[in-house]
Amino acid sequence: MSVDVKEIIRPENIVYKKSSALTDNPMHYCPGCTHGVVNRLLAEVIEELGIQEDTIGVTPVGCAVLLYNYIDIDWQEAAHGRAPALGTAIKRVRPDKYVFTYQGDGDLAAIGTAETIHTCNRGENIVMVFINNGIYGMTGGQMAPTTLEGMKTATCPYGRDPKRDGMPLKITEIVAGLPGASYVTRQAAHTANAVRKLKKALIKAFKNQEAGKGTSFIEVVATCNSGWKLTPVDANKWMEEHMFPYYPLGDIKDE
Amino acid sequence: MKEIRLMKGNEAIAEAAIRCGVDAYFGYPITPQSEVMETLMDLRPWESTGMEVLQAESEVASINMVYGGAACGKKVMTSSSSPGISLMQEGLTYLAGAELPCLVVNVVRGGPGLGTIQPAQSDYFQAVKGGGHGDYKLIVLAPASVQEMADFVELAFDLAFKYRNPAMILSDGMIGQMMEKVELKAFKPRWTNDEIAQMHPWATTGKPKNRKRNIITSVELDPLKFEAFNIKLQAKYKAIEEAEVRYEKIMCDDAEYLFVAYGSSARICRKAVEILREKGIKAGLLRPITLFPFPSNQLKELQPQLKGILAVELSMGQMVEDVRLSVDSKLKVEHFGRAGGAIFSPEEVAEALEAKIIGG
Repeated sequence: MSVDVKEIIRPENIVYKKSSALTDNPMHYCPGCTHGVVNRLLAEVIEELGIQEDTIGVTPVGCAVLLYNYIDIDWQEAAHGRAPALGTAIKRVRPDKYVFTYQGDGDLAAIGTAETIHTCNRGENIVMVFINNGIYGMTGGQMAPTTLEGMKTATCPYGRDPKRDGMPLKITEIVAGLPGASYVTRQAAHTANAVRKLKKALIKAFKNQEAGKGTSFIEVVATCNSGWKLTPVDANKWMEEHMFPYYPLGDIKDE
Repeated sequence: MKEIRLMKGNEAIAEAAIRCGVDAYFGYPITPQSEVMETLMDLRPWESTGMEVLQAESEVASINMVYGGAACGKKVMTSSSSPGISLMQEGLTYLAGAELPCLVVNVVRGGPGLGTIQPAQSDYFQAVKGGGHGDYKLIVLAPASVQEMADFVELAFDLAFKYRNPAMILSDGMIGQMMEKVELKAFKPRWTNDEIAQMHPWATTGKPKNRKRNIITSVELDPLKFEAFNIKLQAKYKAIEEAEVRYEKIMCDDAEYLFVAYGSSARICRKAVEILREKGIKAGLLRPITLFPFPSNQLKELQPQLKGILAVELSMGQMVEDVRLSVDSKLKVEHFGRAGGAIFSPEEVAEALEAKIIGG
């Protein structure tokens, strides 16, 4: 028996569709990369909260540098690590808008550490999204502050040696210790269940902003299968086995 | 009604900023300009005009906050002094690359390095030749009085928004710290969000349904597109050079010997002109008010009557290069300067002209 495709895609049968806040631009991310899922979730959350006209996003340097091509809102592109400074200013001159930043681990936890800490410490009323894949994807797989102990990268080809390089930086736990950060959580996007939890966290973060609760900080433990030199499936497995024990998922702070 | 006050240069900047409807100041303290933020914090403009004032965690953060606010179409400024301005170079090249208007005040002190807290003019190259990476220019205004410190705040914003380009007030520790009479302008209201959306359609104000999303960025991965953008930037700088040169001529009509000096050096040279004139030497002074664009044509026009030029600056020789580029190489151009926070007297400057230009 043949299946009529038109029958399947009848409006009443659609349970999952492209968010209207997403543009038609094809994403440039490597197949299997977590960025695409998180970008899409942001678009869904913005659409569902009905805040597309009132949201200003700040994009990072690194793999997500072209994020502004994918979600149909106003955007500012920050210098490496400076997204929280931009976010601070945008929210202060336009407190009537929703503001969020999006950064990777090199951006947020290395070059932009000062901006991250002080923005959260001041409790700037913004949402900060932090993609932690433990490696510099864009520049070709160098060591990140969050690279795991023993993990091999282009700049630690024999594995990260804590004696030389320090231990992987748990910046999210540091942020959680700051009074200005009201909601700090660590999520992932590798399974349907994880995606649902991440989406809930994003919604909570934007609602916190509406309520003026201060900084909401969402870490997403992510894969970089190109940088890790693994297939997407193996990368997810590797992440569960190695990243999650050091970067455990769940809410760290919710006030 | 005229409102006249005795103020420090740095205080005049702060007062003028509130009065001309600046939306936000983001800065970090550094001598000799900390009174700018101190005055703002003392005046609490967030209660009167709604102006936001924030002490950032660093100069790097400050200038990037300026970027964030400016990209919203707001009038945003910062102020710092030499080592702090060096830290801001990253943000400045991004602001120039994203074509964002803003005001950066540099109250220059002696360098290089941590240097001194005394006045200098040794940041000229950094201010007018780019400073950060890439081919870009700032619009640079050089006040020579406390009155001009106040007046140039509004002028800098007017030019910055007219050309969508960062503007800099290049002052120094002497003018920042000295007290003079200032006539203050009346308060102007800040632009409303509706006005901004209308006047600056490029700004990120939240995307209404009827317009495309606004993206403030300086990244373009296609080399040909980015070359075209660079050519467009250069055309803008050319337009600024053609329309926005500002300068002051003092005793230039019959001058045979010319000082070229800006800011505090120009004040000292003005007295040196008097000293030389009393001796029967026909000296004059051309004071650039805009350092970019530099008054090159005005210098060229004076050239036929001149026997020589002395570029006087509180540096080891920076602006003198632009003076030399402005005039024919047959005309004698020499430099006289002091550095590291040391200042010359009018007598020293007059003697330098006699020794280096007339006698040299």
